[in-house]
Amino acid sequence: MKRIIVATVQDRSGVLNRITGMLQKRQFNIDSISVGSSETEGVSKMTFVVDVGDHQKLEQLTKQLNKQIDVLKVSDITDKAIVARELALIKVGGSGQLRSEIQGIITPFRASIIDVSKDSLTIQVTGKPDKVEALISLLKPYGIKELTKTGVTAFLRGQQPQQVTELNSHLI
Amino acid sequence: MKVEAKHETESTEQMRTGADLFIQTLVDAEVDTLFGYPGGAVLPIYDALYRSNPPFDHVLSRHEQGSIHAAEGYARVTGKAGVVLATSGPGATNLITGITDAMMDSIPLVIFTGQVASGVIGTDAFQESDVMGITTPITKYNYQVKQVSDLPRIVNEAFHIATTGRPGPVVVDIPKNVSAQLTGTEFSKDFNLPGYQPNKKPNPLQIVKLADALSRAKKPLLLAGAGVVFAKATEELKKFAEKYQLPVTNTLLGLGSFPGTHPLHLGMAGMHGTYTANTALYECDLLINIGARFDDRLTGNLEHFAPHAKVAHIDIDPAEIGKNVATEIPVVADAKEALQALLQSVVELPDHEVWKETLKLNKAEFPLWYEKPEQKLSPQWLIKQVYEQSKGDAIITTDVGQHQMWAAQFYTFDKPNRWVTSGGLGTMGFGFPAAIGAQLGAPDDLVVSIVGDGGFQMTLQELSILKERNLPVKIIIVNNEALGMVRQWQESFYEERYSESLLTMNPDFVKLAESYGIRGLRIDQEEDVIPMLQDIFSYNGPVVVDCRVEQKTCVYPMIAPGKGIHEMIGVKK
Repeated sequence: MKRIIVATVQDRSGVLNRITGMLQKRQFNIDSISVGSSETEGVSKMTFVVDVGDHQKLEQLTKQLNKQIDVLKVSDITDKAIVARELALIKVGGSGQLRSEIQGIITPFRASIIDVSKDSLTIQVTGKPDKVEALISLLKPYGIKELTKTGVTAFLRGQQPQQVTELNSHLI
Repeated sequence: MKVEAKHETESTEQMRTGADLFIQTLVDAEVDTLFGYPGGAVLPIYDALYRSNPPFDHVLSRHEQGSIHAAEGYARVTGKAGVVLATSGPGATNLITGITDAMMDSIPLVIFTGQVASGVIGTDAFQESDVMGITTPITKYNYQVKQVSDLPRIVNEAFHIATTGRPGPVVVDIPKNVSAQLTGTEFSKDFNLPGYQPNKKPNPLQIVKLADALSRAKKPLLLAGAGVVFAKATEELKKFAEKYQLPVTNTLLGLGSFPGTHPLHLGMAGMHGTYTANTALYECDLLINIGARFDDRLTGNLEHFAPHAKVAHIDIDPAEIGKNVATEIPVVADAKEALQALLQSVVELPDHEVWKETLKLNKAEFPLWYEKPEQKLSPQWLIKQVYEQSKGDAIITTDVGQHQMWAAQFYTFDKPNRWVTSGGLGTMGFGFPAAIGAQLGAPDDLVVSIVGDGGFQMTLQELSILKERNLPVKIIIVNNEALGMVRQWQESFYEERYSESLLTMNPDFVKLAESYGIRGLRIDQEEDVIPMLQDIFSYNGPVVVDCRVEQKTCVYPMIAPGKGIHEMIGVKK
């Protein structure tokens, strides 16, 4: 099962190495990690998308993360009301007629073309991973020359409903 | 020379370097013994050590591995952090085995390594190694000091982290320019560790749950690990076990946390544990684990481990709970606090006389056993004599392997902090240097290092320290001219193909000892053993005794690899 884990960590040298090293040593499967600064100076936020076998393994993961001295807080936000986004840059071949066809495909995704050259164009798309994946598969027939993704970053929505009906796990 | 130099510097305030500041911080942290080895990147620190007044006790090993195992032995018997100092590059990498050993067995160590100057870090400079990268997975935490103003705080934090919560090793990497830098100001030592708050007090709800489980248990069992020793909770454990008449078993590292001669003690559990203890683990309906981590050498095949039991686990490290064994009652707490809380709860225990009687019968029916060989000494009998002649009151250190298991089986510990062994990592070459640290930490106690002929040869160069300081450590080499445990497994599981496990060329250990100026003895007759032990235990100096034991003797009983705890072999003669 895929889970979204968010950790706030102290921004100290070696902290990323410490955490990825622990994940590797304890054989956790990571789909993506995104790291960046947070609202507090000296504190970074990490978002992990992990593939874990069962709840016991998931519990181990959060405990092992919590055990790290640089880690301030760990939460599994998968079953909460959250906003989760990733960004992808996709370079596809295309010129002339194809360009307007591609434009037609990306419009409903609210993606945009951010670079155009003689025989290629680069599309930027932001959204939940399933949306990004859907666009990528639509663009495949045009020949994807290059693709890069940031990994998911996420946090809780401002308001948590009494009962969360929508599970996020199918989205990631 | 040395004395003169000291007087000169007392008045020169401008001589204060980062290294002086470092030494002062160690003095403030009440460090009395430093285990180390000099080298280029720590020259400023060794210079400050030379000038320090009052002088520091620095123990010069002959290999950095000797330093760190000695520091582990020191930490294990004193409960204080062992402090190690080594140079950059090879000095630091020679410590890796000891750091990992301390990590696995939760031994508090603070390890200082020199580093090349900040300006050349990352350029593959002479004697540079990526100490931070290398030690990250094998330390509780590690630091590289970027500027001298951070040094006092970092040293202070390192001791705090190493000795609190679940103890462990902390590395502090000090670039040469930081220790050499001149500095005059006082710097803050205040902690800045918002992400480190180990929880000592148990959750009262979990204690209620545990007390409730106890009130329903017909076959309760306590499993006590090293966590009880670290928490200094042996008195509480004894009170708790006696109050409810609960049988107790130990992990290898937990030996001494409960009196081994106590009628409620079932002996050690695990791969070479007693039949009674392992059967109790298999049959119990409530297992209360206090400060043990359900290591695979204890549990055997997890499918068959305590299959009928409700499991409660008291541990200061939440990540240990539920890691290997599903746990119904998790208690994240210091063992002492948890036991005190349990002692305060009022529990009506159902009658478990039948259970106690069964265990008593098992104990009588299936004691540990051994055979006496015709020619050479029986290793088990030898260790029994060591136990008797030292009145069970010695500090025992060992390596890993057959001699370690025999020591665990036949030397009965009634008190904590007397048993120094390499458990989790299973490090050959640990026992002898650990004995040096143990003796320095407990100068008035009898320290006996029981080692194998293989392991002793990995770190025997530290005999120099024994001679230098006339440390009265007694080294008993259980010499079977083999890597005994490897040989045993090859006999049992590899159809007697003794691949590279027989040591056909050993040194003359007597002459070897004598070459260091140390008494050396050789024993191969049973009748010589007791006089020899009486002699060496009353002799105030180091001795090496080469005891020639039967090579074919195997450690029994045993749970074969992959087997369940109820499938012991060799339970009877």
